[in-house]
Amino acid sequence: MTIETSLASGNEGNVRDQGKAYISRIKGGEMGSLPGLLGIVVLTIVFQILSPFFITKLNFTNLFVQAAELMMLSAALVFVILLAEIDLAAGVTAGVSMAIFVELIQARNWNWIPALVVAFIAGIAIGAFIGFMVAKIGVPSFVVTLAFFLGFQGMQLVLLGEGGVYRIEVPAFLAIMNNNLPTWGGWVMLIVCAVVSFAISIWDRRRRSSTNLINKPFAIVLMKLSALLVIGAGSVYYMNLNRSQGPIPIQGVPIVIPITIVILAIGTFVLDRTRFGRHLYAVGGNPEAARRAGIKVVAIRIYAFIICSFLAVVSGVFHASRIGSVDGSAGRTIVLSGVAAAVVGGVSLFGGRGRLSHAVVGSIVISMIDNGLGLLQMRAGVSFLVQGGVLLLAATIDALARRRGGVVSR
Amino acid sequence: MTLSVPVIELTGVRKGFGPVEVLKGVDFSAYAGQVTALVGDNGAGKSTLIKGLAGVQPYDEGLVRFAGQQVELNSPLAASHYGIEVVYQDLALCENLDIVQNMFLGKEELKLGTLNEPAMELQATKALQSLSVKTVKSVRQKVSSLSGGQRQTVAIARSVLREAKLVILDEPTAALGVAQTEQVLNLVKRLASNGVAVIIISHNISDVFKIADQISVLYLGRMVANLNTKQTNYDEVIAYITGARSQEGVR
Repeated sequence: MTIETSLASGNEGNVRDQGKAYISRIKGGEMGSLPGLLGIVVLTIVFQILSPFFITKLNFTNLFVQAAELMMLSAALVFVILLAEIDLAAGVTAGVSMAIFVELIQARNWNWIPALVVAFIAGIAIGAFIGFMVAKIGVPSFVVTLAFFLGFQGMQLVLLGEGGVYRIEVPAFLAIMNNNLPTWGGWVMLIVCAVVSFAISIWDRRRRSSTNLINKPFAIVLMKLSALLVIGAGSVYYMNLNRSQGPIPIQGVPIVIPITIVILAIGTFVLDRTRFGRHLYAVGGNPEAARRAGIKVVAIRIYAFIICSFLAVVSGVFHASRIGSVDGSAGRTIVLSGVAAAVVGGVSLFGGRGRLSHAVVGSIVISMIDNGLGLLQMRAGVSFLVQGGVLLLAATIDALARRRGGVVSR
Repeated sequence: MTLSVPVIELTGVRKGFGPVEVLKGVDFSAYAGQVTALVGDNGAGKSTLIKGLAGVQPYDEGLVRFAGQQVELNSPLAASHYGIEVVYQDLALCENLDIVQNMFLGKEELKLGTLNEPAMELQATKALQSLSVKTVKSVRQKVSSLSGGQRQTVAIARSVLREAKLVILDEPTAALGVAQTEQVLNLVKRLASNGVAVIIISHNISDVFKIADQISVLYLGRMVANLNTKQTNYDEVIAYITGARSQEGVR
């Protein structure tokens, strides 16, 4: 005999009930990127009080351009941190790939597009090898990637020569970081984002209601959409103002921003809505349970390292495009900031918990500290000290949240 | 109740590890709709018997019949193909995932290449309802926020979802308090009343008497007793477990 009982799905109740449920999840330790978002607010207020240059048209846009490299690297690292692994070689993987790229176009006169393809293939091969060493051979990822971190610094010097700096003279490549969309382009970008996000919400709701499941109140969808529109419209409007200090106007959303949005959206889709993404979280949460459930744990680990290296190369492209050259020391220091950004944004180093949006929030925090203290003409040492302090704080929050039994994965 | 063909029937099963023979010709059967308790002291061969049924460690010799048909359980995949599900003591759940995600782990349903969350949520809810589970607040709760008994519930409900014919529970109440033990035992009873053959390993004889229809006692690799719960008592079972009593030719 079965007795019909109703089981909740967490979607019941009105907006107020949902708000209460959200607050109780936060109290239970499921904070997500909330500490990071609060950090952004606090830093904005502090730096705005201390420096007249912080919220200016020029600096606002610069901040996002500077953050883009870190954001991409941090997003790359999320894929391996979710498995409780680490890739210390992500930065130098990008460096080596860019060294190969510049070597091909400079010394061998390749067209830049095939050269870029080869650079990405090199990145994928490196990721596959690291993944193989970790997942199949069983060497801890910390050691494997530390070895690559050291070895690739040597390879960069071998490829480019001691103190070698190669300029990149490919306008399309340099445009990624240095050129802007036309002003209407920014608005189109915003509208596309809003329409896609709204359409996905509607699609999900229809699927749920056709299965006779309860949906969250529609007001929540509208609230999220209006938040996106307000923040997005404000940013696009601000970036569309002329921020030039000379006679030639500089205005518009930097090209790197739509590129970043598209890549992060695809990554988020893969993590949230595909079988691979689900299995990645499962392996990160409990590898033994995943194995018993028939998940190919070794393959998932290798794929995670491949994705990490691939996105790291994207970050390398951003870096090379911004400074317009490739040198033998590219990518050495950024990797630790990338790990810091992920953790500050709410990704757990214990594995299984974290999202790409957390990497976005975290890298904005780290970039703001760097940028703001730079404007205050603090010495570089101060910036590192503050970043270190913030990382320690974030890691402590992570450990405490974990002890409380909270989970932050979605 | 009429007992027709057992869901699983083992005849003369043997298993050794090197020179050590752990199962010395064991006969065992479990019927649909019944709870069969497998008891015995440490080292009696309970785990080895179960691992053979799960396909993790195939038997060396002996006949295995599933619903009357002779079968080979030589891999976990083969076992799950016949609808044999094992709920191990450590449960194997991912704490960072919610109840629905755990119940469908490794067997996710897709629609247009993406996860079909509504369909999975509906089926998971139905599986929990079929066991009259009321203790769970929401099916979208993370497993990390569940108590030991609730986790056990999720693990058992997963076997319902996979339409198991035979569910083997390894010490399901070992780590639970009194109230939670009660809940899980009720769950096991309902699982059987839904027509599943349930085998439960337990050291707690009073629990066994509460839920089992049949009690099979292993002693040093031999099946020394197959008792009907209604026709036996605590002392008799203990006597068989400790070897104080043995019975030749029990079936």
